[in-house]
Amino acid sequence: MSLIFFYIFATFSVVSALLVISFRNTLSCAIALVATLFSVACLFALLGAHFLAAMQVLVYAGAVMVLFIFVIMLLNLGREQLLKIHMSFLGVVGILCGTYLGVFLALRLGTLSKPFPELTPSQVSDYGTVHGVGQLLFGDYLIPFELTSFLLLVAIVGAITLSSPSPVRRWRTPSPAGGEGKKERL
Amino acid sequence: MEILTSLIKAILIPVVVLNFIPLLIWMERKGAAYFQDRRGPNRANIFGVRLGGMIHNLADVIKLITKEEFFPAGANRFYFVLAPFIVLFIYIITTAVIPFADELKVGDFVMSFRVADLNVGVLYIFSMASLAVYGIMLAGWSSNNKYSLLGGLRASSQMISYEITLSLSVVSLFMVAGSVDLNEIVRNQTANIFSWNIIRQPLAFLLFLVASFAETNRTPFDLPEGESELVAGYHVEYSSMKFALFFMGEYAAIVVASAVIVSLFLGGWQVPFLATTTLIDNTPLLLNLFGKVFSIFSIFAGLFLITKFKKKKYRDARDYEVLTLGIPAILVGVGAGLFFFTHYLHDLPAWAGPVFTATLQILVFLTKIFLFCFFFIWVRWTLPRFRYDQLMSFGWKGMLPLALFNIFVTGIFLLVKP
Repeated sequence: MSLIFFYIFATFSVVSALLVISFRNTLSCAIALVATLFSVACLFALLGAHFLAAMQVLVYAGAVMVLFIFVIMLLNLGREQLLKIHMSFLGVVGILCGTYLGVFLALRLGTLSKPFPELTPSQVSDYGTVHGVGQLLFGDYLIPFELTSFLLLVAIVGAITLSSPSPVRRWRTPSPAGGEGKKERL
Repeated sequence: MEILTSLIKAILIPVVVLNFIPLLIWMERKGAAYFQDRRGPNRANIFGVRLGGMIHNLADVIKLITKEEFFPAGANRFYFVLAPFIVLFIYIITTAVIPFADELKVGDFVMSFRVADLNVGVLYIFSMASLAVYGIMLAGWSSNNKYSLLGGLRASSQMISYEITLSLSVVSLFMVAGSVDLNEIVRNQTANIFSWNIIRQPLAFLLFLVASFAETNRTPFDLPEGESELVAGYHVEYSSMKFALFFMGEYAAIVVASAVIVSLFLGGWQVPFLATTTLIDNTPLLLNLFGKVFSIFSIFAGLFLITKFKKKKYRDARDYEVLTLGIPAILVGVGAGLFFFTHYLHDLPAWAGPVFTATLQILVFLTKIFLFCFFFIWVRWTLPRFRYDQLMSFGWKGMLPLALFNIFVTGIFLLVKP
């Protein structure tokens, strides 16, 4: 039963991933990416990693992609602004490399699939649950986890600093329409 | 057996949500009418039976189905059709993890009253509900209309902003209950009203309430629709059943939001002051008591309806509507009264206790949801709409710090209290 679902979601994720790079319309690409993320989350759920699946949908499909689509809708590119497909040397090399990789994987698939390492009983009962993931994140991997969140904070501060006009510049060059101070008060 | 019960649950629970929709539409119209000092819908009838305006919904359905399906010029047809389906579908599947009653145990047979027993619990609801915004965004974009597009943009930014507060305000509940499972959170609140989360976590309740108003796009956060500025926002160009799906989606969202709030903060299926074990132990006593109360209530309700009868009030079949409802109510009440006041039920079979308990808990849960749905309607016809910049600054500068503060305080309390 779960094998059938695996094949369904695996096919769906591969097909939608291909659609991401083959659609001309940027919004369609983004929606296909949402479908890919969703079906990968389904694969996580089939493996028993329910927490990871829920987070994948909540964070990537539900928040990150919404912002992607927000930007796409704001820019609203017309047909003529989209890039034309044309052959290039790099493209040919890429196709050749991809074909080689595909053939290599197809040939070696039988030898590559080794059995998974045996899990300890405590890992099995907790595997993929909120409790199990929480124990790992706030136990064994606490410092990497906190450092990652600090890195994200730095990124947020950097993005805000880059996007907002610097206070020095605003103070030196008043805007032509009566200054910004008046505008802000309104 | 297990497949059969899960199949029945998987069909029944969405049907419950769908049945709430016409009820809520009726309640919204009547509620709006009485808030504005008028009578509301009272003309549509079938052979004179109006059911207080309920029949108006049927007329609405016929109207919506038979209307022309309209596609605006330059619209992206695929997304235009897909969008309303996403909205309704997402809200209906979020009900999968909401428990409607405590586990039913008769001998070896154990059944839980929800479709899926997921380990992630509430997180599933959040992750699914976060996808609903795609329906609104796609509707706004694919309509090829600038008002729709603005509505879609507003919806996406608003939902992203308030989702953070929504998720953070629940973290303190997880800390108190020690679980993310909705059934565990309900059980942790116990039947005592004073240990429900609305008493233990009042700030979290307020934050969650406001954020869920924003997530369901209801007034005072209905900026994506914003009739006065955006005509009707993201569904300007929709007609016929595609519009009806958006309409249904909005009410399904209210039902789901009420169910989640009731489960998280108002004790879920807990009957006030009557725990599951108490209910099972005292089933005969309670059953007889409820029978007597029901018969008396039914007689009085029937009498009340009959007193409303006045000949030649409308001069048609509508005059007799109160009688057709009132007389059966009195007869049912008299019948039940004759039975319950002369017999005392005892020696009930073993399954009677658990089944009675589960039924009572489901009824209590549905009543709580219904009352909370009324709260949604009440707020809509009472408060004016926010301005867009107010909405954003309120979400990011007001609600988010408060949610973080609440988690901090809860953490300190849990640390100090053993």
